[in-house]
Amino acid sequence: MSDFLADLTDFVADSSTWLGDAGLLVRTRDHVLLSLFAIAVAAAVTLPPALWLGHRGRGGFVVGAVVNIGRAVPSFGILAIMLPVSLLFGWGIGFWPTFVALVALAMPPIFTNTYTGVTEVDRSVREAALGMGMTGPQLMARTELPLAMPVIWTALRISSVQVVATATLGAVVGWGGLGRYVIDGFAQGNDVFVFVGGVSVALLAIGVDVAFSLAERIVLPAGTRHRDRTELETAPT
Amino acid sequence: MIRLDNVSKTFPGGASPAVGDLSLDVDRGEFVTLVGPSGCGKTTTLKMINRIIEPTSGEIWVDGVAATETPAPRLRRSIGYVIQQIGLFPHRTIAQNIATVPELLGWDQAATRNRVDELVELVGLDPGMLDRYPSELSGGQQQRVGVARALAADPPVLLMDEPFGAVDPIVRSRLQDEFLSLQAELRKTVVFVTHDIDEAIRMGDRIAILNIGGVLEQFDTPDAILTNPANEFVADFLGEDRGIKRLSLIRLDSLELPRGPVVDVSDGPEVARSVMREHDLTWVTVLDGRRLAGWVWESDLEGVALVGDVEPRQFRVTVNCRASLREALDAIVNTRNNVGVIVDTDGYVGMLTLDLLTEELAS
Amino acid sequence: MLAQTDPFIRWDWIADHLDDMWQRTIEHSILTFLAIGIGLVLAIGLSMLALRYRRTYAPVTWVAGVLYTIPSIALFAFLVPFTGLSLVTAEIGLVSYTLLILIRNIVAGIDGVPASVVESALAMGYTRRRLFWKVQVPLALPVILAGVRIAAVTIVGLVTVTTFVGQGGYGAIILQGLRRLFATEIIVGTVLAILFAAILDMLLLLLQRRLAPWLRARERPT
Repeated sequence: MSDFLADLTDFVADSSTWLGDAGLLVRTRDHVLLSLFAIAVAAAVTLPPALWLGHRGRGGFVVGAVVNIGRAVPSFGILAIMLPVSLLFGWGIGFWPTFVALVALAMPPIFTNTYTGVTEVDRSVREAALGMGMTGPQLMARTELPLAMPVIWTALRISSVQVVATATLGAVVGWGGLGRYVIDGFAQGNDVFVFVGGVSVALLAIGVDVAFSLAERIVLPAGTRHRDRTELETAPT
Repeated sequence: MIRLDNVSKTFPGGASPAVGDLSLDVDRGEFVTLVGPSGCGKTTTLKMINRIIEPTSGEIWVDGVAATETPAPRLRRSIGYVIQQIGLFPHRTIAQNIATVPELLGWDQAATRNRVDELVELVGLDPGMLDRYPSELSGGQQQRVGVARALAADPPVLLMDEPFGAVDPIVRSRLQDEFLSLQAELRKTVVFVTHDIDEAIRMGDRIAILNIGGVLEQFDTPDAILTNPANEFVADFLGEDRGIKRLSLIRLDSLELPRGPVVDVSDGPEVARSVMREHDLTWVTVLDGRRLAGWVWESDLEGVALVGDVEPRQFRVTVNCRASLREALDAIVNTRNNVGVIVDTDGYVGMLTLDLLTEELAS
Repeated sequence: MLAQTDPFIRWDWIADHLDDMWQRTIEHSILTFLAIGIGLVLAIGLSMLALRYRRTYAPVTWVAGVLYTIPSIALFAFLVPFTGLSLVTAEIGLVSYTLLILIRNIVAGIDGVPASVVESALAMGYTRRRLFWKVQVPLALPVILAGVRIAAVTIVGLVTVTTFVGQGGYGAIILQGLRRLFATEIIVGTVLAILFAAILDMLLLLLQRRLAPWLRARERPT
């Protein structure tokens, strides 16, 4: 035990831990960038159809099914399957399998929560807006979207945390990031690596969660900020 | 039977007491209503009797025993409680709901089952409902179950908090009537909270009128309060139609009703005319033996041999003799001839006019 | 370099390894049920605390929330130096996951019992204890079970990650497939996890239905 603590202090004190291509800072940067990229792509792909379908009120059944199935699918499994798939398409290991898996895992929760957020916009508000003469697109932009924002933002927040988590496992399919410490640590029996990796990812995940929460002030229209944030549908990793 | 001695309740964080120094006595078998505006503490007072709310000071006695002496759950098993939202257990059948207190008291299954059957009949429910769940019943039916449940262990005291408030007026009126007949049979000691002065007048043997903060403004029979309100507050609370409200307390069959201008179908038109002259009217009521046939104008009888040869006109409204003077007034106002025709199940009883009614009020 | 790519699924391999798959199923079950069981006990205890002392609800859910946000692999990782590659490490991590959803649902379920029902029960002479076990808990059961279902399905997925701390289960099949670049194994591991979760979900749903027969009764015209 004391060995471990001693090793840990040495490790943290060593500057090469932090700097350099295999340092903590670089890996953190890579981890954050990939996660951001994956979320951005997933959001770009799923938000428009989710908003549209929600506005129309169609596709509710699909959403229900997706929620249930989505929860049961293990992220590790999806990530793992991407490796042979990626190799099949000649995309190599590391980046592509991780990236595709992350996007695939982020899409369902963003889709379902956005859809739900839009459909649950109070009927009476919608009717009042239509009654005042808003057209469909105006209704969407001025009423449904702002009112659904809290739910959408929460969905993005939860998905981002999940992406950060799964990205950690990316090390198993040859990618870098903070997961490298964990996976290499397990392989080498290096407790310090494992610990540092774990703590870093934990802090990053919490940091992302907090960042999204703070950003609510800027992103959410006044009057819609939730007092009580009910958790939405997604599996953690 | 129930005595409140200088009872007060101040809620934590409350600026002034919800109930301040209230003293009240309820006799055995008496039906007392607590009425007053919002904030008068009537519900708080009720809930202090079965210690759902504990008084800040003062003493409450139920059947000679201080309420604080018995552990609350035990005290409550001997007091029936009926509330507006009813509060039936959704996860138990109707039969199980009614059997709640007997089960708590350890009655054996057979006795409990018998009691449940008895109560279902008493409150006017279809025994087929016993195995259903509350969500399958209408509001009025649910409240009947609520009353049955409260009566199950045959408690001497019944506490009721706006029990008929959640149903529509027609059902409410029916429930009030049924409860009154039940009470006539069972003679429980009842404390009944309502915000509706008409309900209080209708139901209570005595009414306690409470002002904000639990101040007892008047505690007397409905008639006494209506005739002599203790102060301006009470008078205002009773409403401007106080006099008319008094009318609802007097049942027609308790009065000696005048016969009015009547002729039989077998009488000739001259008889009719003499009756009309006697009463100084231009019309008469036509009877066929005991039964009410209708009425005719003098002019209708021109050239007729018997009164019965003419098709009589119908009174727009008739009043049942079990109704009150208030309904009679309503009829008087609504008929062309300004009279209230009183009938019972067999036929014609008598007739009231506005003059007679005013005379009655004055006495 | 690739072990195989032609057929992604080698049915003959599956047929040959049914015994292994069964073994893994048992391992996966133990890990899952232990986590849910311990999680439920802890969550019930913490919920009762939060219900009795309302002020503790916020801090309790905050801690549970933080544990939920931390990725499972990270949680396992920083436990390993202290508790090693063991069942204990795995279970500590898994149980922490269930806490948030279970506590939330238990408290919401109990709070969801109508105030009029609670008041009536007390007024009829129920003691607080009897009220809790005979009225509030049965009525809260549907909501609580819904939480258990979500927790269960989530845990099944997370158990796959415990292979990294030396546990078996379907995660071991996936990891092996990954190491050998054998797609069949990866697919089998993943599909088994999904199936297991789906079956568990359905069984719990049936349980939920059986425990709340009054929910299916509707008002009938008389």
